[in-house]
Amino acid sequence: MADDTTVDPVEGQVLDGNAVGGLLATAFGAEMTEVPGECAHCGTVSMVGELRAYVRAPGTVLRCPACSGVVLRVVETPNATLIDVRGAAYLRFERR
Amino acid sequence: MNPIAWRLATVTAVRDETPTVRSFSLSIPEWGGHRPGQHVDLRLTAEDGYSVERSYSIASEPERAGVIDLTVERIDDGEVSPFLHDVVAAGDRIEVRGPIGGYFVWEALGSMATEPLFLVAGGSGVVPLMAMLRHRARSGAHNPTRLLFSSRHLEEVIYRDELDSLAATNDGLEVVHTLTRSQPAGWMGYDRRIDDRMIAEVLAPLGMGSRSFICGPTALVEVAANALVRLGLPGDRIRTERFGPTGT
Repeated sequence: MADDTTVDPVEGQVLDGNAVGGLLATAFGAEMTEVPGECAHCGTVSMVGELRAYVRAPGTVLRCPACSGVVLRVVETPNATLIDVRGAAYLRFERR
Repeated sequence: MNPIAWRLATVTAVRDETPTVRSFSLSIPEWGGHRPGQHVDLRLTAEDGYSVERSYSIASEPERAGVIDLTVERIDDGEVSPFLHDVVAAGDRIEVRGPIGGYFVWEALGSMATEPLFLVAGGSGVVPLMAMLRHRARSGAHNPTRLLFSSRHLEEVIYRDELDSLAATNDGLEVVHTLTRSQPAGWMGYDRRIDDRMIAEVLAPLGMGSRSFICGPTALVEVAANALVRLGLPGDRIRTERFGPTGT
């Protein structure tokens, strides 16, 4: 809303991982927003959909909601998609 | 069909919701249905190959087969919403992919069908919550449900008439409005931005067994979610959806 002028210009543009579910589904080949993952920095387990998504960086950066550490980074180039998962101790995919 | 694949949807209807908000009905071939709260990505490509993608929440209930409604607020300096508002008409075709996102979903299934439901919306953040309320009405659920809806002016309240009709059916739904900028003469409702006290008052009749979905601008989402945590609602019963640059 236009009256939220007190919002930090960067924090005001934070989204939830849910908002970039289409990009993540393309990168991983699966619906990702309900996939739990452990932050490698602090050990907090969050669903990918509740990570904080920063979409104004070159690429998309997903940070832990508890410690703000970078959990996932996704960069699309004209020829490839690069996924950096160093910040995730694990991602858990249920067999259905 | 693969939800990640881009498909050509046909715009079948366009209608105004408020002076700055418009709904678009899209007919999508082989649409496999969606869950209330999910979104689609929409892609526009210019003749020179430049393309932009934006995410828009689905406003309609899954019971309507083969067609979805998107409700889009016109952001004057946006790249996509002015095109949708000023150019797109019935009969046009638009690329979409989805449905996307299982995280921000409420369905009248299992325990969710009976647990109290507390929805908090700011402006066009009401859109995915409207999909939940339309689905709730169609499914015949009677779980106690409250929508706390923040708008700036009465004429900017999206879905105002439909929300009044849904609340009038006495199926357990109550809608509580707050108008933050101007209020009509005799307005008895809230007249300020959502704060801790408002959240506590509106949640109170539903109790701590509620499930909560909050959608709106980041500041509103943070205020509402933090208030619920302080009141003692378990974090895993609070789902949030912030909107920002991808919604423009």
